[in-house]
Amino acid sequence: MYVIVAGGGKVGFGLSQALLANGDEVLCIEKDAHRCAVIAEDLGSASYQGDCCEVSVLEDTGTGRADVFVAVTGDDADNLIACQVAKARFRVPRTVARINDPRNREIFSILGVDATVNSTDVIMSQIAQEMPSQPLTQVLSLRGTGRELCQVEVTADSPLLGEEVNLLRLPGDSEIILIVCADQSVRTPENGLQLEAGQVVLALTREEQEPALREALTGVAPE
Amino acid sequence: MRFLIMGCGRVGSGLARSLTDEGHDVTIIDVRQDAFRRLTAQFRGNAIIGDGLDSAALQRAGIENADVFVSVTQGDNRNLMAAQVAKHIFKVPRVIARVYDDSRADVFRELGLQTLSSPRFVTGLMREMIFDESDITPGDE
Repeated sequence: MYVIVAGGGKVGFGLSQALLANGDEVLCIEKDAHRCAVIAEDLGSASYQGDCCEVSVLEDTGTGRADVFVAVTGDDADNLIACQVAKARFRVPRTVARINDPRNREIFSILGVDATVNSTDVIMSQIAQEMPSQPLTQVLSLRGTGRELCQVEVTADSPLLGEEVNLLRLPGDSEIILIVCADQSVRTPENGLQLEAGQVVLALTREEQEPALREALTGVAPE
Repeated sequence: MRFLIMGCGRVGSGLARSLTDEGHDVTIIDVRQDAFRRLTAQFRGNAIIGDGLDSAALQRAGIENADVFVSVTQGDNRNLMAAQVAKHIFKVPRVIARVYDDSRADVFRELGLQTLSSPRFVTGLMREMIFDESDITPGDE
């Protein structure tokens, strides 16, 4: 797979390294000459100095045969325009943009970018998981499905304590899919399995069912 | 007609002044307050500090009632993004983006956005001045 990574900052550099390690063909485009020289020490010929929004740069980097174009600069407008040029002029089948302002997600989607990764949301969700006051947290939003993966820890005062997992009443089609035990072993929700303190319960739900699921699993009613 | 101009540089401020002088309703938005120094004390339009890439700021500037949106900041990508938001999200009837990079202007013109590529425009005018006001003809050694 040929992946073009537009932007050689921390995210672009790390992504390029990971893709190269995965055996993909990668080219990381970075505008700043100094930054480009730094990443070239690691990426070698997989780095290219130029403006990722310029048609001539995308021509030189063989964008026409790229399978994926990923724009991860720190500037939302740059990421949007780079993806649009890659798609409109070079027919790249899949474009992915990093967005820094969460409010831009819908705009990017309407303007034809195939997928977005919202760095602010990702960081916020990671921090929420580290908050002791958050009994139920979203682990992952499954893009395009309206579903999300949530986790809740079974604490000593949890209403889940001692409950049989398959007898729990959950909203809609929400379901528990995995239980991670205190010794880090993993169990599926088989009949007769009783929940114990220290376990982490992973549930698949829909965005609109999350408040009801929160109430079912933590006993805390939605505000 | 109601105009919303993004970017109060030389072109933005000049356009704003001339349109208000003709009696149009003009709002100009810029991220930097000191950009508005280019507007004279006689300017009768609205000047709003805000980021034209922020939909809330555009709404404050009245984009929902604008007949024409023009983006003329220094950044090609900012101009193109804001113009597309004006056209596709807020459905402004007439939208024009100024773009310095000719090839990028072409890509977005093909996507149906009205773009003005200033280097190409100036090059054309420059050629006219060179060849119209002298005996030289194009191709002369």
